[in-house]
Amino acid sequence: MTDLAHLRSDFPILDQKMNGHPLVYLDSAATSQKPAAVIDAVADFYRTTNANVHRGAYTLSNDATDLYEGARAGVAAFVNAAVGEIAFNRGTTSALNQIAYGWGLYNLKPGDRILLTLMEHHANIVPWQLVSRHTGAELVYVPHTGDYALDLDAFADLLDERVKVVGITAMSNVLGTINPVRQIADAAHEVGALVVVDAAQAVPHMAVDVKAMDADFLAFSGHKMLGPTGIGVLYGKASLLEAMEPAEGGGEMISDVQLESSTWASVPHKFEAGTPPIAEAIGLAAAVDYLQAIGMDVVRQHEVEITAYALDALTAIDGLTVYGPPDTANRGGAVSFTLADIHPHDLATILDQRGVAIRAGHHCARPLARSLNQPATARASFYLYNTPSDVDALVDGLQESREIFGVA
Amino acid sequence: MSLNELYREVILDHYRAPRHHDHLADPSGTAEGKNPLCGDEVTIEIALDGDVISDIGAIGVGCSISQASASMMSEAVSGKSRAEVEELVRKFKVMMAIEDSDEEIVNPDRPGEALGDLEALQGVRKFPVRIKCADLPWITLQQALEEAE
Ligand SMILES: Cc1ncc(COP(=O)(O)O)c(C=O)c1O
Repeated sequence: MTDLAHLRSDFPILDQKMNGHPLVYLDSAATSQKPAAVIDAVADFYRTTNANVHRGAYTLSNDATDLYEGARAGVAAFVNAAVGEIAFNRGTTSALNQIAYGWGLYNLKPGDRILLTLMEHHANIVPWQLVSRHTGAELVYVPHTGDYALDLDAFADLLDERVKVVGITAMSNVLGTINPVRQIADAAHEVGALVVVDAAQAVPHMAVDVKAMDADFLAFSGHKMLGPTGIGVLYGKASLLEAMEPAEGGGEMISDVQLESSTWASVPHKFEAGTPPIAEAIGLAAAVDYLQAIGMDVVRQHEVEITAYALDALTAIDGLTVYGPPDTANRGGAVSFTLADIHPHDLATILDQRGVAIRAGHHCARPLARSLNQPATARASFYLYNTPSDVDALVDGLQESREIFGVA
Repeated sequence: MSLNELYREVILDHYRAPRHHDHLADPSGTAEGKNPLCGDEVTIEIALDGDVISDIGAIGVGCSISQASASMMSEAVSGKSRAEVEELVRKFKVMMAIEDSDEEIVNPDRPGEALGDLEALQGVRKFPVRIKCADLPWITLQQALEEAE
């Protein structure tokens, strides 16, 4: 198995006990842990270089600006975007809102359709609902198949000239499903629709190339990819960003301000109103460096292997149901499951007593939970610091759960 | 902290076979309680005969703690007057460390001593994350009682 266990010591938080047991962190789909390199990059910035960016006529501010813009260049290269195609913000949620309010609000009208998938996180649903209230555009959803793949036949049926935008998650945070974004984009472009990719789960866990995907817009969060909280990325094709309106106005995003109106700064700064998350961007760049030093193909390979190991061990437990594709070639490391009639919260409590941290609930994807007929599921999710013994601890805790609840 | 204290036999029994798990034909008061974070849901329906809860429905989906708490509560409040129910709610919340009490707790190891079967929920106190699960049906009952006014 691809062994990345030597990396564990880079993550200070992992070296602790939780409820008397070594911490087993299996909730990286919610947020990842941070290596010392990222923590240090943020602390060093505050210790040595902190100043506001793009403002000060002094060396310190210049240095801070260089680091901040350098971070943009690093993040852009990581997903094969041009530097000017990357705007920083608070996270995936804020990036998707920027697209809905900056592009959707101005380009959608009654009779138009917003085509989403039933796998979307609320972050790629609710902004479109808000915008549809203003524009009269209608929301339509592509279901998934019994194998938890996107239903491509249904997608083809739903895709017509009325569809102006397709919102799709590159990797489901519940099912783990990896969607064929390029194929979706090609079909969408045929009917003149734009494609908005929620890459919150994909960018941390596999190599993502915005050009190869032919994504029109794409969003991801720093905190799920070893970076700090409070930093996210909006990618847009240069021509689209040029034409797109800013969703937020304020300092730093203008070229000139008159009493009645203003003109915008050039792309990408027109999408960065106010003081940006400077230290967080620098921390994200350190996370990108860390991931690149390992290699995203190695990160992905490790996850494929540990997910395969987990799927084998979990499906061997009597009464356990996994909701997601069985084939690791088509899925990431988020594994959602239920165990007999034991409620996921009860599983989470029992596991917590053994130091094992998993998520229980609807995972911010209620439409999907409803379509699965499971108001709540338990979810274990893996990242590069997880080892097979973490999976073993999970399985032991699930066996204990069966005993406590007297599952035959 | 022991999981045995949390998952007592009675709790699992109420979870598996919830009492009063049927809707009432003609409730005097109804309230729905939801915990949007974890998805626990419980609907409490009460029929009042004068001042007394003559019948109750406690219907829901969710974790063992929320559903067992609803079921045990439904048994405990049946046939009780409003004043008695209020007293019970207060005692329950003191046991769960949701509310402070002025009275001295006679037996600190058993703050729920006076609560009968409900005392089984006392173990939840040691699992702060789960206290809100146990409390949900009680909050909902209070709302149903208000609605019936
Ligand atoms: C697929 C997906 N989209 C969007 C989000 C929202 O990300 P954030 O909370 O960082 O804005 C998440 C994470 O919670 C996610 O998993």
